[in-house]
Amino acid sequence: MSFVVAENLVKRYGSGDATVAAIDDVSFQLHAGEFVGIMGESGAGKSTLLAMLGAMNRPTSGRLWVDGIDVYALGQEQRADFRREFLGFVFQSFHLVPYLTVIENVMLPLAIVKAGRKQKRAMAEEALAQVGLVDKAHRLPNQISGGESERVAVARSIVNEPPILLADEPTGNLDTKTSREIMELLQRLNAAGMTVIMVTHSPDCAGYAQRLLRVSDGKLVEEEILVKSSASSPQLAVV
Amino acid sequence: MTLKEISVRNLLRRRGKAAFVLAGLIIGVSTVVAIYSFVEAMTDDINHKLEKYGANILIVPRTENLTLSYGGLSLGGVSFEMEEIREADLTQVNSIKNYKNVAALGPLVLGVLQVEEHRVLMAGVDFEAAGILKPWWRIQGSAPDGDGVIIGAEAARILNLSVGNRFRAQDRFLEVSGVLQPTGSQDDHLLFARLDTAQALFKKEGKVSMAEVAALCKDCPIDEMVKQISEVLPGAKVMAIQQVVKGRMETLAQFKKFSFGISGVILLIGSLVVLVTMMGSVRERTDEIGIFRAIGFRKRHIMNIVFLEAGIVSGLAGIIGYFLGWGATQTALRFFSESHGGALALDVELAAAAFLIALLVGLLSSAYPAFMAARLDPNDALRAL
Repeated sequence: MSFVVAENLVKRYGSGDATVAAIDDVSFQLHAGEFVGIMGESGAGKSTLLAMLGAMNRPTSGRLWVDGIDVYALGQEQRADFRREFLGFVFQSFHLVPYLTVIENVMLPLAIVKAGRKQKRAMAEEALAQVGLVDKAHRLPNQISGGESERVAVARSIVNEPPILLADEPTGNLDTKTSREIMELLQRLNAAGMTVIMVTHSPDCAGYAQRLLRVSDGKLVEEEILVKSSASSPQLAVV
Repeated sequence: MTLKEISVRNLLRRRGKAAFVLAGLIIGVSTVVAIYSFVEAMTDDINHKLEKYGANILIVPRTENLTLSYGGLSLGGVSFEMEEIREADLTQVNSIKNYKNVAALGPLVLGVLQVEEHRVLMAGVDFEAAGILKPWWRIQGSAPDGDGVIIGAEAARILNLSVGNRFRAQDRFLEVSGVLQPTGSQDDHLLFARLDTAQALFKKEGKVSMAEVAALCKDCPIDEMVKQISEVLPGAKVMAIQQVVKGRMETLAQFKKFSFGISGVILLIGSLVVLVTMMGSVRERTDEIGIFRAIGFRKRHIMNIVFLEAGIVSGLAGIIGYFLGWGATQTALRFFSESHGGALALDVELAAAAFLIALLVGLLSSAYPAFMAARLDPNDALRAL
């Protein structure tokens, strides 16, 4: 059974003649544990699609099912609970809270979770260990590099162990070497069982995905299953 | 990490904005505290001064007759038909519930003396009580002893008497020990002797014609005191001198109204400072609120963060504002109050009220910004998505 089911998703903005379809009748299914890349040019609608998958952008029509839950049949607050339970977000521009230290940023999703202080700290340290930043736990975001900020964002998104990780251009602001580190990190999380849905316009990054959805003018124009020639040097290949 | 920690960290990071809100509330609260304390202190002061204007309750014998005098013009001697009050009964006044509010009780016995060819009204009074009941008296000479009298200015002129003169009245010789400086009242036409002297002259031992009471009425309604005295003196008629009482109360009420009006305006300005600053803070934190919402914070979590910040700053402003207001009042009283002289006690109730008012103003003013923050759509807030 599919873990994520998008069914005729449509998102229109404006009205009358000025109506623009940002997403136009998009349907697909994902299995748990998949690593899916969403590719497309700027303005193609991939970020809108990711926001819809993230329970943050109600479609004009169509339905989204995650683990059997009709996401947009939920109320606004229930969708907040859904995001907390099911989703982890990694943003292109990190979006770390500037006045909180690295470990406090990672602990942020736990602020509304009923757990002891020690337990929360242990969970945050474990997430930081996964991204290799335990030694910088007490630094502020402005005291670490861009790549490290992105790793903190990843740690924050996985601290409460959600089944799905949504990443929006996770390497958009990073150099090649750091981008590779981040992608390998996402690959490791995927290998550990996490479903990863990543928006990117970088073919290199897309190469880490197992499946690729190509979006153009709001439509899903192509779906590709990828194989990798080697773990260290991923290349695209259409099956 | 908890919501409280997020709020505290944000306040520490945005120290400038927090300080601005704090300053706005401190100014509001300290002004309200200062005005309230000052008004209370000045009310005490004014009350003390107003008490000096003399009696505000009269105790007279009960009568079924109507008064036939107006504006000093008397058209009948109905008062001679009255029963007199027993002097001993007046001690009952000390047994009323609000006896502590009785500043002075002045018995008065009245009678007519024939001095040469003139008929003069003599009042026997308790000169100790008269000092409180008639503080405007200025006596040239001294208070009388056994056969001494004080003579009103007009009576002195008509009878051609001055300090040290002796004159015959009834079967006794009396000596003028003092002359009352003109008061512009009926007292100018009277002779004043000691109560026992007058009682002996008029053969009214143990009786009084009337009594005047100076009641301190800040803490009690004067009507209540009139009722209490009436209960212990059933044979007497007890009346409040309404003009005096109402005048006092109206003066104080106007003073308080004006002060509370100013306090209200200042609090309103303080709340607007909080509102505008918190709105600015929320706008500045759009991205941050977007992150919170994206990772699963509910609306109430966002509102809690804003309210916690407002609560922390407001509570602090309440405490600091109280002490600042208290200090300002202390300083002001040194210049404006004769009786306080700057020694103002800390008022726990006022401190608690200041704290609660600050909290209330802070939280109410933050309600709209908190609501706006909670309403932010995570997708709109995070333009990256």
